[in-house]
Amino acid sequence: MKNKSLVSISDYSRDEILKVLELAALFEARPNQPLLRDKVVASLFFEPSTRTRLSFETAINRLGARVIGFTDASSSSTTKGETLKDTIKMVSNYADLIVMRHPLEGSARYASEQARVPVINAGDGANQHPTQTLLDLYSIKKTQGTLDNLNIYMVGDLKYGRTVHSLLMALSHFNPTFYFVAPKELAMPREYKIFLKERGIPFYELFEMGKLDQADILYMTRVQKERFSDPMEYERVKNAYVLRNAMLNGTRDNLRVLHPLPRVNEIHVDVDSNPKAYYFEQAENGVYTRMGIIAAIMGLESELTNN
Amino acid sequence: MPKQKQLQVSAIENGTVIDHIPAASLFYVIAILGLDQIPNQTTFGANLDSHKFGKKAIIKVADKFFERDEINKISLVAPHAKLNIIRGYEVVEKRDVTIPDEVVGIVKCFNPKCVTNNEGVLTRFRVEDKEDLALKCHYCEKITSRDELQMV
Ligand SMILES: [Zn+2]
Repeated sequence: MKNKSLVSISDYSRDEILKVLELAALFEARPNQPLLRDKVVASLFFEPSTRTRLSFETAINRLGARVIGFTDASSSSTTKGETLKDTIKMVSNYADLIVMRHPLEGSARYASEQARVPVINAGDGANQHPTQTLLDLYSIKKTQGTLDNLNIYMVGDLKYGRTVHSLLMALSHFNPTFYFVAPKELAMPREYKIFLKERGIPFYELFEMGKLDQADILYMTRVQKERFSDPMEYERVKNAYVLRNAMLNGTRDNLRVLHPLPRVNEIHVDVDSNPKAYYFEQAENGVYTRMGIIAAIMGLESELTNN
Repeated sequence: MPKQKQLQVSAIENGTVIDHIPAASLFYVIAILGLDQIPNQTTFGANLDSHKFGKKAIIKVADKFFERDEINKISLVAPHAKLNIIRGYEVVEKRDVTIPDEVVGIVKCFNPKCVTNNEGVLTRFRVEDKEDLALKCHYCEKITSRDELQMV
């Protein structure tokens, strides 16, 4: 994984995923390890995303590296018409690693081919956001003790939600059973169901959350009104995809509720104080996971495990 | 009928005859193979009657022998094309075209938000399904299918 870009979650094998999670756990135990003191990391946000950017920049700072870059395209030379290729070529001369978020789909793959240094994709349009997937996996492993043989409920918008698609693909290495809870209009796309069938991974499609007594992970996503062709249909179904505290009665002790955040109303605030609510800790895990990813790509593994 | 075929393919001494091109694809085939850029003597026939396609087109290129990779590029627009390799006025070999595993720089990605449509990037697809034609974009990872197929 040393010097290898992370563009799509499918760039990582099962072993590489586990390696990153192992490194993330070392950083969680000891967050301040300035192993990248003499390095410069470029943080190129061609569109603003405060949440992701702060998480990355905290990770970079905790590793002792310096950050250069911009926080949205208006403060970069792209407004003067510079191509993505030229920006990446230029930044490659200054930085040892590039973290990039860009509204165009496929931009991260393209940047990784143009850059002389590794590129970490911090989101390319609606396409991929692999560091979110790795932090989801870290949260699952940390709360369940394992990634293997889990019952995973995915709830809400399973059609457009890129986080559920990437998570599904990553978990396919670990023998899961999936429960997809979504309105018909936002059901899991056919290509992902074919992907699971080809691998013999069981899945069930439900229109309601039901009893949840078999669930190990409840992964909630936003159901947005704009996604419905018929607004009446949205009004009719929206409450079926809102989690309330009472619904967690009778669920497994190890059940944890995850959400990529920000939430709107799909998790009622009465869930927040339930010990099974894990979405705020999940966000915090993002920093350790991103430290783990950077450490793996910068080849710091031996330095970490030896001290 | 066999006599007519003989005539069509024996018009050049050495070279390649590409037959069974759907009439509507003729200019795509010319562009894909760059036949408008080469000095070789080239003859086109359009809207010829064909039992299989209704109307077909045919191309004869003198003193040109295509590499397999090169000719397979036309399979997307002319999947049933037949090649006749001519030497000394004789057909010495007949070949079909096959859809390649990778398609570079011929097809446009159907996704308007793809980097290839906005930053002048050479397109690249992996062919996931040759029967129904499913081209997976190397960049945005979306599938372009036959209905959405557009040449660059
Ligand atoms: Zn594309």
